[in-house]
Amino acid sequence: MLKASNIVKSFSGNEILRGISLEVERGELISIIGPSGCGKSTFLRCLNFLEHPDAGDVQVENVKLASHGAWRRADEAQAHRLRSHVGMVFQSFNLFPHRTVLENVMLAPMQVKGLEEGKAHKIACELLEKVGLSAVKGRYPDRLSGGQQQRAAIARALAMKPSVMLYDEPTSALDPELSEEVLSVMRALDAEGMTQLVVTHDMRFARAASDRVLFMEAGQIVESGDPDVIFANPREAGTRRFLRTLL
Amino acid sequence: MVRMKRVLLWAAGLMLWAGLLGGGSVAWADGAAATAGQPSVAGLHVPGARNEQDLPWASDGEANVPYVFHDPAHEGRMTGFEYDLMQALAPRLGRQGRFVQNGWDGLIPGLGRDLYALVIDGIEMTPEHKEAVLFSRPYYVTVDRIVLRKSETGLESVAALKGHVVGTIKSTAAERLLLDHDPANVRSYDEETNLFSDLKNGRLDAILIDEPIALYYCSDDLKLVGLPIGRVAYGIAFAKDNPGLRDAVDAALGALMSDGTLHQILARWNLWTPQMADYTGDHSVSSTQPTAWTGYRQTMERMSGSGLQAMVQRYSSFLPLIARGALMTLAVSALAMVLAVAFGLVLALARAYGLAPLRWVAGVYVEVVRGTPLLIQVLFIFYGLPAFGVKLSPFAAGVLALGLNYAAYEAENYRAGLLSVPRGQMEAAIALNMTHRQALRLVIVPQAFRTVVPVMTNDFIALLKDSSLVSVITLTELSQTYIRLSSTYYDYIGTGLLVALAYLLVGLPFVRLARMAEKRMGRVVSKGHH
Repeated sequence: MLKASNIVKSFSGNEILRGISLEVERGELISIIGPSGCGKSTFLRCLNFLEHPDAGDVQVENVKLASHGAWRRADEAQAHRLRSHVGMVFQSFNLFPHRTVLENVMLAPMQVKGLEEGKAHKIACELLEKVGLSAVKGRYPDRLSGGQQQRAAIARALAMKPSVMLYDEPTSALDPELSEEVLSVMRALDAEGMTQLVVTHDMRFARAASDRVLFMEAGQIVESGDPDVIFANPREAGTRRFLRTLL
Repeated sequence: MVRMKRVLLWAAGLMLWAGLLGGGSVAWADGAAATAGQPSVAGLHVPGARNEQDLPWASDGEANVPYVFHDPAHEGRMTGFEYDLMQALAPRLGRQGRFVQNGWDGLIPGLGRDLYALVIDGIEMTPEHKEAVLFSRPYYVTVDRIVLRKSETGLESVAALKGHVVGTIKSTAAERLLLDHDPANVRSYDEETNLFSDLKNGRLDAILIDEPIALYYCSDDLKLVGLPIGRVAYGIAFAKDNPGLRDAVDAALGALMSDGTLHQILARWNLWTPQMADYTGDHSVSSTQPTAWTGYRQTMERMSGSGLQAMVQRYSSFLPLIARGALMTLAVSALAMVLAVAFGLVLALARAYGLAPLRWVAGVYVEVVRGTPLLIQVLFIFYGLPAFGVKLSPFAAGVLALGLNYAAYEAENYRAGLLSVPRGQMEAAIALNMTHRQALRLVIVPQAFRTVVPVMTNDFIALLKDSSLVSVITLTELSQTYIRLSSTYYDYIGTGLLVALAYLLVGLPFVRLARMAEKRMGRVVSKGHH
């Protein structure tokens, strides 16, 4: 349902992604791990064209967007179609601080999809219920704990009914207990069959919850496979080196 | 003449005038069409006239005693010997005179803008002035006089003044005479009030000035001494290309002189001079009593007294004027502020997110507007733009000038606000599939606005004060009211306090409003507190 082919991206002459390809099955939970600067966040951001890749193409559901240097108006429209299938959650939450939690969740469905307020409200309440924030939905984001904010951000992304969710280090800014609140939401989504890609440093989560783990190094996917196999018995030297440093 | 403040302005007026003739013949065509439709008595072209009976004439009625000034006995009513002259002259043209207030600096440029048909304000008929305007025949001929402190003796001629510090008004015959004589000791003033108070407090040893001013500003502690000096002639000024109206006025003046009307008016003001007798050939002795002169002296004695009753009477007579000035200040500032906030945002967005050419234009606009004086911008918009066919009312020009100026500052203010919104906000909005425009409108700008409001509060207080600059384009707001009242009554302290109070009262709602807005947006942060 998501297919990325040969994604290349450089920042001021530094090649950050060196031709990455990936195919994701519906319902999969994939963790992307690797040392800092290996390009895993950039790769994730290329999947919804938050970062425009220099080359390669991305297909989500039936929407395919190829990169060919210059960005054109037609590409913007196609990116818009593509993003309608993709939700994203950030390390720093990026909730809109001038709106309540409920408004954060209702905003895009109403403005982007043109949903009427009553309907958007109903969806938002259901989602906030699901991530355990019903009690605080009237609050402004800075009155929530980090874990609550991240769960609100997940609800906000889900409100657009994406078919795949991208998480860019969702728990890196959180204490372990607060992380657990977020990870359990992600596990619950997995159980419902949501397709999820997670860039993470949380190896326990990657190992326990993922269907598949990708290990990235220097702009390439070095190794991928069943988490138990990768963590217990990594094939590549780079993977072994990386996992050893974590212990 | 009396108050030749800035010769430069004459030059500017001349240039604008030339520009108008070159590019903007439309204005004249309008006037011509209006008169062609229904020819007036004399078939005159009367710029600025509202109808066939209207004769709009301009003067600077602020502290311009005894020429044209606000009657201290009835604030809001004009008086003065020139005022009386115009009241008598207009009917001779089959019209009714309508006084138009304009600051001294704007009088001549206003002729070029067709705001009024003529200017009468003690303008000396010097060769330089003749370059800029068309003059009528002299309507008043007078002399210069020396004024001293009562205790002073001996300085009774120009020769005797040598080595002493002498004050006068800029660009007058008296100034030229003093400069020829003893240039090192001449002090030139913009207006009379400061000139006379400096003589009283000892900064000056003597004053050499037009006799009408000497008479009317000479208080009990001063005296007029010596013989009349020189000859000064005042003329009515017209636009260069309107000799028709000038000739008609000349004829009317001639009639006023030969039938004794002018003699009567001047006698009432105690201003009939031997020079006038020689000039008009009217050597009769008028039976007219100097009622205007004595009335003015009495009123001033009563009003400028320091007794409680005089003060109460004085200040309560100021209140309606101050209220009117405050209202004008408030109206101009509030509208300018709305314009600045709206246009400033457009500029900031263009600069931050526009395409390259738009970004460039907005950038240049901000730099140019912030880099040039507001006064110049105000004058340019009011007097300069008509050359391009854009004629704005003083009020519209004032609002526009202030609004466009402050928009540049607000643009920079917004820009800082926009930059202060974390990048992640835009990314989150894009990831939620908003368009760039939606992201700006719904996410970025509201947050930027919040950080911008406190700075805006300060800017609006500044704007309120800068609004005093619109007085140069004939708007009588608070500062102008202060200048007028304080210099009429020599009362800078009491009037100053009243006007300062008015500024504070006008400013407070702004501050309150801004605080409310701040709070409303700040609520974003504080709401949700347990």
